[in-house]
Amino acid sequence: MSTEEKVRIENLFKVFGSKPKTALKMLKEGKDKDQIHEETGMTIGVQDASFTINKGEIFVVMGLSGSGKSTLVRMLNRLIEPTSGAVYIDGENVSTMTDDELTEVRRKKMCMVFQSFALMPHLNVIDNVSFGLELSGVSKEERYARASDALDQVGLTVYSENYPDELSGGMQQRVGLARALAVDPDVLLMDEAFSALDPLIRCEMQDELIALQEHSQRTIIFISHDLDEAIKIGDRIAIMEGGRVVQVGTPEEILQNPADDYVRAFFKGVDPTNIITAGDISRNTQVQVIRHEGDGPATALQRLRNHDRDYGYVMNKKKEFVGVVSQENLQRVLKYSKLDSDNLSLALMEDVTPVLSTDSMQDILSEVSTKPYPIPVVDENNKYLGVISKNIFLRTLDKTEETINGEEI
Amino acid sequence: MNFFEFEDRLIPLGDWIQFLVDFLVENYRGFFQTLKLPVEKTLETLEWGFTSAHPLIIMAIFAFLAWKLAGKRVTIFTLATLFFIGMLGLWEDAMITMAMVMSSVIFCGLVGVPLGIMSGRSDRAEVAIRPFLDAMQTTPAFVYIVPVVMLFSIGTVSGVLATIVFAMPPIIRLTSLGIRHVDKELIEAAQAFGATPKQTLFKVQIPLAMPSIMAGLNQTIMMSLSMVVIAALIGAGGLGSPVFQGLNTLDIGLASVGGISIVLMAMMLDRITQGLSKKRKRKK
Ligand SMILES: Nc1ncnc2c1ncn2[C@@H]1O[C@H](COP(=O)(O)OP(=O)(O)OP(=O)(O)O)[C@@H](O)[C@H]1O
Ligand SMILES: [Mg+2]
Repeated sequence: MSTEEKVRIENLFKVFGSKPKTALKMLKEGKDKDQIHEETGMTIGVQDASFTINKGEIFVVMGLSGSGKSTLVRMLNRLIEPTSGAVYIDGENVSTMTDDELTEVRRKKMCMVFQSFALMPHLNVIDNVSFGLELSGVSKEERYARASDALDQVGLTVYSENYPDELSGGMQQRVGLARALAVDPDVLLMDEAFSALDPLIRCEMQDELIALQEHSQRTIIFISHDLDEAIKIGDRIAIMEGGRVVQVGTPEEILQNPADDYVRAFFKGVDPTNIITAGDISRNTQVQVIRHEGDGPATALQRLRNHDRDYGYVMNKKKEFVGVVSQENLQRVLKYSKLDSDNLSLALMEDVTPVLSTDSMQDILSEVSTKPYPIPVVDENNKYLGVISKNIFLRTLDKTEETINGEEI
Repeated sequence: MNFFEFEDRLIPLGDWIQFLVDFLVENYRGFFQTLKLPVEKTLETLEWGFTSAHPLIIMAIFAFLAWKLAGKRVTIFTLATLFFIGMLGLWEDAMITMAMVMSSVIFCGLVGVPLGIMSGRSDRAEVAIRPFLDAMQTTPAFVYIVPVVMLFSIGTVSGVLATIVFAMPPIIRLTSLGIRHVDKELIEAAQAFGATPKQTLFKVQIPLAMPSIMAGLNQTIMMSLSMVVIAALIGAGGLGSPVFQGLNTLDIGLASVGGISIVLMAMMLDRITQGLSKKRKRKK
């Protein structure tokens, strides 16, 4: 994932009420949301929110009901007009755009998927999906072609002639998703898009979203009040409380370093081993790495002895992981197969399976606990990244437990 | 000061209105006659059409509409009604009434739907329009029938004009209601996908308000029919005139026959147009 900026918000405020300026002034004077509500009846929806969303990431905004999540996303496409502050998309300031420019952004760049689906009941599925294209005046032929494509992506091609009320909730939301995909926007805004679905379908949709994301890298801003969902699909998470963004970071960062008690409370009951991945805790220091070409068994053994290691990790020229050798095996090879003494592969241990960097601690638990050597970690292309020792594994477990239960201690 | 005994008429409102109407009649009669023109032309055309076409053609047209919009039973009922009215010897009157009702509905629709859309989309427009609607619906027709005659003279056209005033409110109200009842989420969704206000109106609000607008149309038709007798007071023709004549000469038979025909025609038009507000949706 790149760290190229896609969306940036700066000091965004939203006041619901008749005199927003007054409320802003009161905020500056240090009064809080509740005081202002009591004195003036105005509600602070969002308070001084700033963060940057990178291209291609799934950015989850999480918080309890009423914390301002919906208000925040709706200010991105100005369905709700910000009281003050700025929103930038690709460096362009959305908050100062004219109506025409804004319409253009909404039609081409930023689409939304709604919690209640919000499909047009008078249009059939294919017309619903091509709705956005129709608004921008795309010809019937082209928009049906693109809509069919989008329907295909969500697996609903055969329902194109049906009306929304003939479909189940999950299918309706697929249509909602297809409606956004048909426009092929850079940014997808999803306001609790899966919250109205039952758990099984919901899980399915999450998987599908992740799968879609692998094909075409969109920037997705996903609202959720469900932590499991946030952790599952989010590359980064922003946590909101009472209109304020209290913390932004990867799930691991937030888990290991919660900004305050609110965030900590949020993560309570979450099993940290589900969030922290092998990639997060792998180390590539202090381990003996052996290159397949060039290093023979003798050199390898020498190196391990020099560094006082029992195991060495072998990779090929392309840095792909090949296997693990032990001192024991190397000695055996040198002893019995002198003829082949150049061949390192004879010394490889059996039953070595590297773990993926995206596997959670939970996933690798059995591997770590049963193997005598530190577990090698690779990425999806089998490139060697490092190892996880029992020691590191247990230390991480210990540390997260401490932060989670921090308040009780 | 004995204001509160209310013995004297301190506000001569009646005089003022009298004065206003006299003033309008004297100075703006030409203007009102021009206003009347489009209604007159429409009515003339429709009346010519309805009365000169062979009854069988008319019956075929209505039967077709009933078939398309409401189904078999209503079709049979429609044919029976028209046949029965014909047998009563009131065919010509019935056709004139039909022409009057249709002209009234056309103008109510042309004026009422846009007004209804306005008041559905803006609270201010609604506040401005509502008192007029209240007045139009509650003022007894007998009260405004006199100024109508003074401004537009007597006859069927004036009858239609009075009918328009009386029958317009429901279509405005129900159009407005229909627009207002469109789910906010849907409007938001349309906006989120870049719909301009005009696109939102034509692609979302109006189609979704259609059943309600059609219900308004149905109400407008029914109210137009109920004005038929009163319109006959100012010389409008149609099914109102046998009723009116019957009342004048105490010919209960004649009045009842006219009345029954009006009721049957109302039922017929109601059933046909009710189909309109329910059915229009799927195009599969
Ligand atoms: N149109 C509005 N007028 C007045 N107050 C509003 C309006 N919309 C939202 N609010 C208030 O702003 C605050 C934030 O609301 P928002 O809908 O953004 O919360 P949320 O985090 O999306 O909650 P939920 O999880 O329930 O959807 C709430 O206190 C809410 O009452
Ligand atoms: Mg919300």
